[in-house]
Amino acid sequence: MSKEFEMAKVVSQKELQPGIFSMWLSCHAAKSAVPGQFLNVYTKNKEKRLPRPISICEINGEKGELRLVYRVTKEGSGTEEFSKYETGEEVRILGPLGNGFPVEDFKDKKVILMGGGIGIPPMLGIADCVGKNATAVLGYRDKNTFLTEDFEQAGTTLCLASDDGSIGVHGNVIDAIKENKVEGDVIFACGPTPMLRGIKAYAKENGITCYISLEERMACGIGACLGCVCQSKDKDHHSKVHNKRVCKDGPVFLAEEVEL
Amino acid sequence: MASLKVNFAGVEFQNPITTASGTFGSGMEYGEFVDLSKLGAVTTKGVADHPWPGNPTPRVAEVKGGMLNAIGLQNPGIETFIERDLPFLHEKHAKIIVNVCGHSEEEYLNVVRRLATEDVDLLEINISCPNVKEGGISFGTNPKGVEEITKAIKKEAVQPVVMKLSPNVTSITEIAKAAEAGGADGVSLINTITGMKIDIERQSFVLANKTGGMSGPAVHPVAVRMVYEVANAISLPIIGMGGVETAEDAIEMLLAGATMVSVGTANFYNPYATMEVVDGLENYLNRKNISDVNDIIGLVK
Repeated sequence: MSKEFEMAKVVSQKELQPGIFSMWLSCHAAKSAVPGQFLNVYTKNKEKRLPRPISICEINGEKGELRLVYRVTKEGSGTEEFSKYETGEEVRILGPLGNGFPVEDFKDKKVILMGGGIGIPPMLGIADCVGKNATAVLGYRDKNTFLTEDFEQAGTTLCLASDDGSIGVHGNVIDAIKENKVEGDVIFACGPTPMLRGIKAYAKENGITCYISLEERMACGIGACLGCVCQSKDKDHHSKVHNKRVCKDGPVFLAEEVEL
Repeated sequence: MASLKVNFAGVEFQNPITTASGTFGSGMEYGEFVDLSKLGAVTTKGVADHPWPGNPTPRVAEVKGGMLNAIGLQNPGIETFIERDLPFLHEKHAKIIVNVCGHSEEEYLNVVRRLATEDVDLLEINISCPNVKEGGISFGTNPKGVEEITKAIKKEAVQPVVMKLSPNVTSITEIAKAAEAGGADGVSLINTITGMKIDIERQSFVLANKTGGMSGPAVHPVAVRMVYEVANAISLPIIGMGGVETAEDAIEMLLAGATMVSVGTANFYNPYATMEVVDGLENYLNRKNISDVNDIIGLVK
């Protein structure tokens, strides 16, 4: 038996922007987590039974703490419940789950981090590892940004874009990377599918290795239900079709490995 | 210490608790949480005669008291299943119920024939999946069709045959009687109830397949009622399932007339659910001073 539920303890909880929350958890999962992995977080409200898969934002292995930065999806949702947890409260989690980004393989290379909206938080965990070697290209809706100071603290160069033009480049992360002529050996990206599609095409045109983190509706989070598959170029190991499991085979994939 | 042993269609199981097909894979993922040898049996995800890719995503949606799924029976096909999954389950000393699916009678028969020489305990025939266009539920909704496919499978099968029934019918007892007339050795029920969820912001279906099978605690009372009705309509043993997440839910199923009980959707949110149900069942019997689980099967008349 190698996997176990655990009761994590809330260390702190803070609203970064309306509806965007940051929660530090004290948990054993912190010891082995790598950037790009996620946790299953279980609600106390028994009407909502399925776990919420939430990507890990930052990892402090020494202190045994993990940071989740998440969006409250709507009133009465599981994420709304999480946002009300106070310091010291216990929450059931399972993880770390999934594969994570191959950060170690690119430690001495120039790294481009690309995050859109709630896809930004997992990029911070990578920035913590590669710091100065990274440029973070981050796309927000408007001037209500979050985590930018944390990226700066990690020593990462920032390059912002916003949908309404109120901050940084007016447009998306592709517009921002072009306008700022950001160069690098590898792209690590997370965000909405249309953005990832654009990044995949950009990386291919420019011959840059590119890893993307996918999101899909999940039930179990451990590879059993086959709910969260994506279309893969190669036959998958599980079903011998072309359906890799986002939760187990991913959520991070080499961009050329998957159809978006 | 109460005895949990049951005999289902001539096969001995150490306890009546198994897993609902499709919620437990072939046990590999859950083997990291529970000791598979402590289950009555592992019921595998449906396997066809060739790999099936399943439906487009989104395939799952949470609903009040449960979930909808429209996986569409993605599976690796019987050859990979025999090469990889069966040896894994044997190594874990699990009893094995193989769920069989197909688009046509011939496809079901190909799987049944291929399993004839394999060491598996029961065959569960999925004639009730609501998420595939051909096969699945189209076999399971009219009594004549059920009787015919049961007969055809019984002719070829070496292991006892359990027909898995759909709740999406006017009278599940008519379908159960048809399975009995076709020579089935047992029935299992209920498969999922066809449902739908609409996203009111996007004003579109949540599932790519539009409809999906509803499962989870909300369907449990429906399942108990159907198990009770079928238990009183036929003389075959029943594997009862539908929203079982605790020992109490499983005990209801046994009292209603099920000989074995499957834990399904609960595995997705509690990977230990099967073990908790086995332990809770034993505690219940001890508390009630009942020495044999068979004494409560169908007790409620």
